[in-house]
Amino acid sequence: MASDKIITVDHLTKRFGVFTAVDAITFDVHKGEIFGFLGANGAGKTTAMRMLCGLSMPTSGKATVAGYDVYTQNEQIKKSIGYMSQKFSLYEDLTVKENMQLYGGIYGKSNAFIKEKTAFILEHLHLQDEANKLVGSLPLGWKQKLAFSVAIFHEPEIVFLDEPTGGVDPVTRREFWNMIYQAADNGITIFVTTHYMDEAEYCNRVSIMVDGKVEALDTPAMLKQQYQSATMDDVFLKLARKATRSGD
Amino acid sequence: MRTLKFLLQKEFRQIFRDPAILRIIFMMPVMQLIILPWAADYEIKNIKLAVTDKDHSGYSKKLVSKITSSGYFQLTSYESSYNASLEKVEDDEADLILEIPASFEKQLVKEDEATLFIAGNAINGVKGNLGSAYLRSIIQDFNREVRLEWIQLPKFSPQTQIEVRSSNWFNPLMNYKYFMVPGILVLLLTMVGANLTAINIVKEKEIGTIEQINVTPVKKVHFIIAKLVPFWILGLIVLTLGLLISRLFYGILPAGGFLTIYVFAAVYLLAVLGLGLLISTYAATQQQAMLISFFLMMIFVLLGGLYTSIDSMPVWAQWITRFNPVSYFIDVMRMVVLKGSGLADIKQQFGTMALFAVVLNSWAVLNYRKRS
Repeated sequence: MASDKIITVDHLTKRFGVFTAVDAITFDVHKGEIFGFLGANGAGKTTAMRMLCGLSMPTSGKATVAGYDVYTQNEQIKKSIGYMSQKFSLYEDLTVKENMQLYGGIYGKSNAFIKEKTAFILEHLHLQDEANKLVGSLPLGWKQKLAFSVAIFHEPEIVFLDEPTGGVDPVTRREFWNMIYQAADNGITIFVTTHYMDEAEYCNRVSIMVDGKVEALDTPAMLKQQYQSATMDDVFLKLARKATRSGD
Repeated sequence: MRTLKFLLQKEFRQIFRDPAILRIIFMMPVMQLIILPWAADYEIKNIKLAVTDKDHSGYSKKLVSKITSSGYFQLTSYESSYNASLEKVEDDEADLILEIPASFEKQLVKEDEATLFIAGNAINGVKGNLGSAYLRSIIQDFNREVRLEWIQLPKFSPQTQIEVRSSNWFNPLMNYKYFMVPGILVLLLTMVGANLTAINIVKEKEIGTIEQINVTPVKKVHFIIAKLVPFWILGLIVLTLGLLISRLFYGILPAGGFLTIYVFAAVYLLAVLGLGLLISTYAATQQQAMLISFFLMMIFVLLGGLYTSIDSMPVWAQWITRFNPVSYFIDVMRMVVLKGSGLADIKQQFGTMALFAVVLNSWAVLNYRKRS
């Protein structure tokens, strides 16, 4: 099973001064799974994710992503992952096509690959007519789908999604999850944070963070059983109520 | 290299799509160079003069009319009491008081000697100072005329007089525009370089796109070069525009040739772009970046030798000017434009500027973090 683990996290900790944002978390993510990373606002999800993406230096603990060490091989990690942050971060003053070209290019993809992939995504998202429009002019739902497509444009092993469906309508959310399933079918491991408990049900396994610690980790079905709850919502509430930290 | 190509493409697309940047780059130099040199004038004109004439004699009136006909003074009041004139100064209606004592003509004729009193309003120090100096030289002139009138014979003055004739080398007519215009151009280039670069990068921090770049394998050196190259080119465009305006509007042709200016400007821009980059690594928001660069620009302008001579600054301030890139460029501009210096003459400034460029850029690259 060891080779099956694409992310290993062992007592990973991040302190900002006296504040421990992430407190010795330990878990593994298996290749090809959809891993839900839940927690209330301020629980430390984003910080943990940023450490795994090589954006933030851990204070202590160990972690590997795609077989690379987060302390020393963070630039290698970056080649193997895709990342979609909470903030929409494609270039709004570039067109849909130009954004894809840029990200394809900086991940070292060939012009032929970029061209083919761009055409594929545009067709898939039904964005052919919008290809030469500035991204800033698109509605939020489309932007989010586009951001996800760009995050996996270079066909990474893992994609990290930080609240990808925040502020999006239920129909688009549903479509977004279809895209996630499709990516997972193509062998991309999905690491996703969310506040929507219905989305948690879509995940293969779910971890719940409370006050910087991972309080629970299992499949949605097992978690519901363990906490004797009918829904993931109840599970989350039971755990999150223990929190002493206030959210942001 | 291929990464760099994609990043450069992105930067150029963004810059040419931003109407604000284009406006700043093209309108700012045009407006500033066409308007500012006419206003930022060293010559003092329209000095408001309050005359207290206690004499009311032929000579006192002659003197006053000579002063007002010089073109530098505006007679705002003509009173008989000093206090009345002082009130004018208090009301800000006069910059200078000239007091002509009651026995002015009598003393002048009989005793060959008279005293005048000048009081300047030192609130506007430059105006007060220069005004007094102008007034003094006009009075001296008047004095000479009066003497000539009396001493018809002998033809030669019994007193030996030394007359000083001066000529101004390199700028024979002391046309202040010859040193203001290149100076303003230097400031423009500095602003375009430092401000725009800093704000451009910090903007990416603010909207979060920089994080998306940081999570890619893009090397920070590539990212930084892609940020610097477009503004380096824009800086040279602004310079070209500025030199064109200098030629067309002020007839300024650099005596030392354009090549010297461009070679120095190319290195100078690298230094200022490095500074902008450095600011961006310390600032988290565009506001912070603006305030930092505004603070630095104030120092650069005031301690740059454009408005005041560096040689007459206190020693500690002269030391500060040595760390001010603007002062070197202003120096070089004047040398090249007025004196006709070539590349060989500006070797020292060139070397210093290259050092600035290396230090500022390396500092910025070291301080730029892909990981917090």
